[in-house]
Amino acid sequence: MSKIGVFICHCGENISATVDCARVAQAAAEMEGVAYATDYKYMCSEPGQQLIRQAIREHNLDGVVVGSCSPRMHEPTFRRACAEAGLNPYLCEIANLREHCSWVHEKGEATTQKAIDIVQGLVEKVRRNQPLTPIRVPVTKKALVIGGGIAGIQAALDIANCGHRVILVEKEPSIGGHMAQLSETFPTLDCSQCILTPRMVEVAQHPNITLYTYAEVESVEGFIGNFKATIRLKAKSVDEKKCTGCGLCTTKCPNKKIPGEFNEGLGTRTAIYVPFPQAVPNKPVIDKEHCNYYQKGKCRVCEKFCPTGAITFDQPDQFITEEVGAIVVTTGFRVLPTSFFPEYGYGRYKDVITGIQFERLASASGPTMGEIRRPSDGTVPKKVVFIACCGSRDPAKGIPYCSKICCMYTAKHAMLYQHKVHDGESTVFYMDIRAGGKNYEEFVRRAIEEDKVNYVRGRVARVYERADGKLVVRGVDTLLGAQQVEIEADMVVLATAGVANPGAEELAQKLHISYDPYHFFAEAHPKLRPVETNTAGIYLAGACQAPKDIPETVATASGAAAKVVSLLSQDDLVREPLVAVVNRCAPPVYSTCVGCFLCQTACPYQAIEREEIKDRQGRVIKTVAKVNPGLCQGCGTCVSFCRSKAIDIQGYSNEQMYAEVNALLNHE
Amino acid sequence: MDENKAAFEPRIIAFVCNWCTYAGADLTGTSRIKYATNVEIVRFPCTGRIDFMLLLKAFAAGADGIIVSGCHPNDCHYTSGNFHARRRWIVFRGLLDFLGIDVRRIHYYWVSAAEGAKWAEVVNQTVAEIRELGPYTEYKKVANYIEETEAAHE
Repeated sequence: MSKIGVFICHCGENISATVDCARVAQAAAEMEGVAYATDYKYMCSEPGQQLIRQAIREHNLDGVVVGSCSPRMHEPTFRRACAEAGLNPYLCEIANLREHCSWVHEKGEATTQKAIDIVQGLVEKVRRNQPLTPIRVPVTKKALVIGGGIAGIQAALDIANCGHRVILVEKEPSIGGHMAQLSETFPTLDCSQCILTPRMVEVAQHPNITLYTYAEVESVEGFIGNFKATIRLKAKSVDEKKCTGCGLCTTKCPNKKIPGEFNEGLGTRTAIYVPFPQAVPNKPVIDKEHCNYYQKGKCRVCEKFCPTGAITFDQPDQFITEEVGAIVVTTGFRVLPTSFFPEYGYGRYKDVITGIQFERLASASGPTMGEIRRPSDGTVPKKVVFIACCGSRDPAKGIPYCSKICCMYTAKHAMLYQHKVHDGESTVFYMDIRAGGKNYEEFVRRAIEEDKVNYVRGRVARVYERADGKLVVRGVDTLLGAQQVEIEADMVVLATAGVANPGAEELAQKLHISYDPYHFFAEAHPKLRPVETNTAGIYLAGACQAPKDIPETVATASGAAAKVVSLLSQDDLVREPLVAVVNRCAPPVYSTCVGCFLCQTACPYQAIEREEIKDRQGRVIKTVAKVNPGLCQGCGTCVSFCRSKAIDIQGYSNEQMYAEVNALLNHE
Repeated sequence: MDENKAAFEPRIIAFVCNWCTYAGADLTGTSRIKYATNVEIVRFPCTGRIDFMLLLKAFAAGADGIIVSGCHPNDCHYTSGNFHARRRWIVFRGLLDFLGIDVRRIHYYWVSAAEGAKWAEVVNQTVAEIRELGPYTEYKKVANYIEETEAAHE
């Protein structure tokens, strides 16, 4: 005969306003197996918890049901209180009387009756709960950071500075990401490269950081504290140990007209190349798609000129495996290309460029050495039109969200243009100016008031080329009663939307993390767990979650690093024991498992192994399934697959769930 | 008959996953959206865990209708549990139909943790539909019959 204690919380008036708590407690006291029942105003408060602890001791309770708020809120609180009184915490269940009853129903008989039913269901469940012990798993004290932009750099440095080892994987030949491409940063106008490149060097030289550039994560197995990542090191065709980074090969390569990714197609590079002069590592790679030797079988000029014999054409892709305890995903975002916009010429007009292309024009290390020149003919544009919200906040384009950074960088672009071209005229078409941030609004006002940037509130319908070759921007000015305006322009800059990387979905599936409809990675809780994913041990930072500016990216990166460090500072990790188990019984049956291994195919975590049961002579009598409790995440999919009901999940067993369902429907 | 229908309060059991629909129903609560009292929620780790024997058990215990709800496709906390559940439901539905069990009494939904308002809608709609269908006496008759024959054998 079980001795269950039932504790009904009023939650101030949150529950008691619509549910008659005293009556629920009274009804609970009469339920089979209940030894004690009471109600109290605030069960989660210290006196409330004391009430539970005292009742457990006095009445020798062997199970507890707390009727309160959602178990997602206070289950840990009440389980801890039980543990303090010497009761196994997994013998405590929460009846959700607030979110699922008092808050969603009107005051009345039916609501109180429903509360009684919920309690009844959980009393029956708890009578069948088993005492469980948390699972302890060791933690590998090493972290993997995927993506070497500013977020990855910051996270890697923070973790490494705490004394833990870090593997940083970057798919491009150099770390640096988008921030390395920027000219100057808002709102201080300090040079992006000047603040970023010292950090890049620090990463390369840090004794705790292993850097793999031109590498991608192939697969990830395992679980929190014990991940196993396979990383593909793409063949660079250059032996890094021999290469001194002299750069002779890049000057000799005959294939010089390849549009450079770093300059967003505005400059060219060779087939053997270093993406930009400050690259880390500053050693070239061969782009096989554009290399004459790989494509046509002839050339090998770089090999001939290399003074150290570092060129290795037959270098294969390498696969390495790293064991890590935590993963930080910092894969960033991309901006939409101009070809996405039919109304602005499908990318056909050379002088219609994206914001990031403008960054390259304005950058001192860019293709024009920082002079603003038109991509078409190299002349200095006298009239530039900036169009904000290109794609963003436009459900018709599939991007209903705000890309957040465009208002600020458009103001910066217009400002930089005015600083560089004194007799130039700049116009910004905007929807709203969203300048929330420290010194942001002041920055925009400066562009408008001091630098005389002409801000026009309204949308642009079309950008077209007139017969004389001039670009014309046609839009409306909504502050002038939606009056149509046409502005001639020498150059048009589109603040195109920030979107998820093309490979985001694939990576999310490799890591078992979730993503939103726009393929940005989803955080575990948008407010309270902003850098964690729903998969334990995997964290997020930067623009792979949503478009973010640099300060926010760095803040999330440091946040994620703090989470990783707090995980890696533990020797053992304690996990919830709510995992699947395969039953075992006396010979000659041993287990009701018949060894069909349907569960193995159903398990998303490869947590089910084969186990051979042997007799004393060592002969195999039976092969049955066995769950690895370290890998099992407790989803229970195997349970519903099992034909012989041999596998069951602790905490949600068939017996418990049948009893709960029966009890919920028990009253007349 | 119509008067009986109006007086009839259906008993509905909702089998939901912990990560999406349970959290979605929590959000309904925090948003103070009101819905019918006829539904009792049972929490599971994942829709993949929801054994369809449980659905039959619920009918046998007196349920008039059932809701099964979990994460949207691709949003499963355990990656693929909801896909297993969906596939199982498609097969199971055919079997139930063949056996003469009224499949209109089982509602299968996807309600995410952000869809508090949708959960209230789902509940109210299901309650209205089950109310229209009336009490599920056919299943209870069969269940009673089985119980009686079993008792007779003992």
